[in-house]
Amino acid sequence: MLPYQVNYYGNPHSRTHAYGWESEGAVEKARKQVADLIGADPREIVFTSGATESNNMSIKGVARFYKAKKKHIITTQTEHKCVLDSCRVLEAEGFKVTYLPVKNNGLIDLQQLEETIHSDTSLVSVMTVNNEIGVKQPINEIGQICRSKNVFFHTDAAQAVGKIPINISTLKVDLMSISGHKIYGPKGVGALYVKRRPRVRIEPLQSGGGQERGLRSGTVPAPLVVGLGAACEIAQQEIEYDHARVSLLAERLVQKIMSEIPDVVMNGDPEQRYPGCINLSFAYVEGESLLMALKDVALSSGSACTSASLEPSYVLRAIGTDEDLAHSSIRFGIGRFTTEEEVDYTASRCIQQVQRLREMSPLWEMVQEGIDLKSIKWTQH
Amino acid sequence: MAAPSRTQVLALYRMLLKESNKFPSYNYRTYTLRRVRDAFRENRNVEDPKVLEQLLNKAQDNLAIIQRQVAIGKLYEVQRTVVESQPKKFF
Repeated sequence: MLPYQVNYYGNPHSRTHAYGWESEGAVEKARKQVADLIGADPREIVFTSGATESNNMSIKGVARFYKAKKKHIITTQTEHKCVLDSCRVLEAEGFKVTYLPVKNNGLIDLQQLEETIHSDTSLVSVMTVNNEIGVKQPINEIGQICRSKNVFFHTDAAQAVGKIPINISTLKVDLMSISGHKIYGPKGVGALYVKRRPRVRIEPLQSGGGQERGLRSGTVPAPLVVGLGAACEIAQQEIEYDHARVSLLAERLVQKIMSEIPDVVMNGDPEQRYPGCINLSFAYVEGESLLMALKDVALSSGSACTSASLEPSYVLRAIGTDEDLAHSSIRFGIGRFTTEEEVDYTASRCIQQVQRLREMSPLWEMVQEGIDLKSIKWTQH
Repeated sequence: MAAPSRTQVLALYRMLLKESNKFPSYNYRTYTLRRVRDAFRENRNVEDPKVLEQLLNKAQDNLAIIQRQVAIGKLYEVQRTVVESQPKKFF
């Protein structure tokens, strides 16, 4: 990245001089690195400003391009905010959107999906790995259903690429969003995979100089793209090592916490998941106060994307978590650079604080006395 | 080129660890130390001179990356994390 911010400052779109060619070469090398990681052709990769833009582009782009014939889109209730919000915008434009519910383990019901698709459906968008609870949707099966019904399939793989093996050639995916900073690349860059054969047509969001095959006008940020490419290459080499390590640490954390404190629930399917994203609910403890007590550890109660609100996570509500448990949940993220020491520290602090908060909690006291909290009428009417 | 000797490999290994230990950032430091050790352990029984040479070249490249990143890391001050209250020596 650094050389392209210092000595090789050429514009990758300048075709008339060597200064531009150097940058163009670097961008094309990065395009190949991204494509190699997911087993795609470099010509199918479009650089964007991040997964949010990639998601917006695919959902609005496909829907708008095919709107003359098809006006229905399917997504799930647990999608990332940018997918849900894009769908809201489309609804305002007159499209019909189905928000599929998920089962209690966070996975969608394939049969229900199949029944929801009809001749008017243009796009199905389901994320590969959920950003809050880490569950892995059955992308392969969803792709097959969509292909057999002739519907485009978009997946937000920001949390999955470089962490679990993904190969486009074996999946029936038409569009895939990739984020830079989720694979240890720079922030502010991402990519979108757009299938060439059969070609997926999208109406571009940005109009301009026609860069990125006209799909995303605007100068490509060469330094960021070079960083993304390098991150993809490293992710490809390190995917097995990182996965083994993250699994080990995740197990260590969950085991430590679960063995010390009772009434801890792990949200999401226990098997179909990416281990680096763990969402635990500590009953009778308020999530935000636990976070305040643990403020020297970088944790969050939902996703960073929606953390401005104190509302319990919509993802947890969608999987049928009780309101009180949804309020008391914390998401633990484990990555390439996490150490055993950090896991142990987090676990012991967490145990200590949960015990302290529970001791102060009248609810916990009542539970210890054997009172069923659900039977209490809190309001007098 | 003749197969790299045991001394050569060990010298490179020590060099990698020494440079990794200079990372100001706790997480990068522990990561590189762990990754270097694991990689050398994983390949400790490699005999094929061709493979050995490839691995050694890769290690040389990574050494250059570590040295560069350490230099960049030192440009800006880092805050200590809570788990490293006393600075530790890792080897």
